[in-house]
Amino acid sequence: MSILVDQHTRLVVQGLTGREGGFHAGQMAAYGTKIVAGVTPGRGGEMSLDGTVPVFDTVREAVEKTGANTSCIFVPAAGAADAIAEAAASGIKTIFCITEGIPVHDMVGALAVVQQYGARLIGPNCPGATTPGVNGLGAKIGIIPASIHLPGDVGVVSRSGTLTYEAVQSMTDAGIGQSTCLGIGGDPIIGTTFRDALELFAADPATRALVLIGEIGGSAEEEAAAWAGEHLKHLPRVAFIAGRAAPEGRRMGHAGAIVSGASGRAIDKIAALEAAGFKVAASPTELPRLLIEAGYTKR
Amino acid sequence: MKIHEAEARELLARAGLPVPDADVATTAAGARAIAERLCATGVPQVVIKAQVLVGGRGKAGGVKLATSPSEAESTAAAILALTIKDLPVRRVLVAPASTIIREIYLAALIDRATRGVLVMASAAGGMEIEVVAAKDPKAIVREVAHPHGGLLPFQARRLGFGIGLRGELLKQFCVIAAGLVKIARESDADLVEVNPLAVVPAPELPGGERLICLDAKVTFDDSALDRHPDLAAWRDADSEDPIDREAREQGISYIRLDGSIGCMVNGAGLAMTTLDLVTRAGGTPANFLDIGGGARADKVAAAMRIILADAGVKAILVNIFGGITRGDEVAKGLIEARAQQERIVPMVVRIVGTNAAEAAVLLREGGFETAASLDEAAEKAVALAAAGGGK
Repeated sequence: MSILVDQHTRLVVQGLTGREGGFHAGQMAAYGTKIVAGVTPGRGGEMSLDGTVPVFDTVREAVEKTGANTSCIFVPAAGAADAIAEAAASGIKTIFCITEGIPVHDMVGALAVVQQYGARLIGPNCPGATTPGVNGLGAKIGIIPASIHLPGDVGVVSRSGTLTYEAVQSMTDAGIGQSTCLGIGGDPIIGTTFRDALELFAADPATRALVLIGEIGGSAEEEAAAWAGEHLKHLPRVAFIAGRAAPEGRRMGHAGAIVSGASGRAIDKIAALEAAGFKVAASPTELPRLLIEAGYTKR
Repeated sequence: MKIHEAEARELLARAGLPVPDADVATTAAGARAIAERLCATGVPQVVIKAQVLVGGRGKAGGVKLATSPSEAESTAAAILALTIKDLPVRRVLVAPASTIIREIYLAALIDRATRGVLVMASAAGGMEIEVVAAKDPKAIVREVAHPHGGLLPFQARRLGFGIGLRGELLKQFCVIAAGLVKIARESDADLVEVNPLAVVPAPELPGGERLICLDAKVTFDDSALDRHPDLAAWRDADSEDPIDREAREQGISYIRLDGSIGCMVNGAGLAMTTLDLVTRAGGTPANFLDIGGGARADKVAAAMRIILADAGVKAILVNIFGGITRGDEVAKGLIEARAQQERIVPMVVRIVGTNAAEAAVLLREGGFETAASLDEAAEKAVALAAAGGGK
């Protein structure tokens, strides 16, 4: 078991014919993800991914003809919010948006459409999600390198990309596998929050421990911590927060990573997580050890 | 992107909102000419305001009153000679001084918690909203604008009633509140703040009072500037450090700090973590630098130039977790950069992930100091910096 992505995923890639979309779709397919369609307006009728995947002009057509149930968006920033809205309005219930740099007002509008249709958005500006499988085959959506994963029962949720890889690699090196690894994105306005992700993991019987990787800015970590303290008492849980050394008032690369006055500071997030029973690592390499200390046992 | 008060005022004026009849001068003589024009219309007193992109200009002597064109000239000369928090004052705004009856706070901003455009109003204007929020959170009323319709009329009324407005002032307030949201949406601003929104005498109106936007602060979403070339032209390039500008133009996310270890990392979260681990190992980071995803050799070389432009850098830590970014591309970039660089600074390189093996060969042939783990890389960099006289 897992969350959000598994062998039942029938993926449509919006922006499949672009450089990024094409490359990563190939990687996803090689890992075992079922890619059923691509969408590029004006390119309908073509075949992509070495002639194996049909391309449609609209997401609606892709859903009707292929039964796609999940979307992954690589559309450039100027059109990405519209791509999100199109996916939601076409009946896609799980939408991953990898695109970075989407204007934030566009996201406000797109998210309203997502909510109107009862869909779920992950991202934008996120690396996606992987549910590792045996023999290097599982299901992955997005850009997380497949090589870092090991199948297992620890759920990972993170606001970051390469930092997640670092953390997951250290788990894999220590022989600790992952149920699903999810990147929720570093933008100020995102579709799925830490708390949402924890709720999904809590409902997944195959997830027996949790790793949360947060960073400075906003209060999503604190909100997730408060919820976890109430509802996840039975699961070993560890965390890492990036940005302890970050100065106030500067955006640290991610649009959402900013300490404003006394809000969004690493020390407050760490305190909130510790109060909620998380063991908080000082370096991502400490996460495997802390998982064991938190009561996690390898199966 | 921040803009000056003068441009923020212009944005409000274009939207038809009430702003003072003000103008900008870069010289004392120019300020005098504006004051002459204003005084000729019966204005008894003008205010001269330094245009700098930092708060606290009033306390720094950057806002002064003058009662005649000649006083405006000498006052402007004094303000134009100031440097406020390291920023030289290059322009002043000259506006009629208002008789303020009371001050209101009003802002439209992108709010991550409600994931929408939040409008905040308070009857306690004139001070920073954070201060009001800390002292008396109930003094702030809030509405989240409709995601497609903007601030709806009933929402604007609720805000106005919520801060005690009635009659003519309420009507004016509703127009201004909806206008700020419209400006935010149409110009892709993540903050449009009017503080103070002042109540001033207006004998010609039924209630004898009217509202005017006396000061405004606007910041634009950097991700949307491409579609607003007219607004992007308002960037104050003079206030931007040349190194910051090069980084921005190269698509490199760079923030200068005051330590001795230059950092080059791919990914914002990992870059923050690298700074944290340098600090934890007893060192001081000289910068935050994210080369972004998929960086090629030339971008790596540019990043190296940017890091080395800081004379305080005594050692460099390169930390790359290859995904979209290929390790061998980064290694090639480092070799290229080292061949070009004028100042030799010790370096420790850690490259893992995509094409790490190819990178390792290149680094070994190039004689680079390497590290396997991030913790080890941080410790080595701190030792190298200490040996070079850094902190």
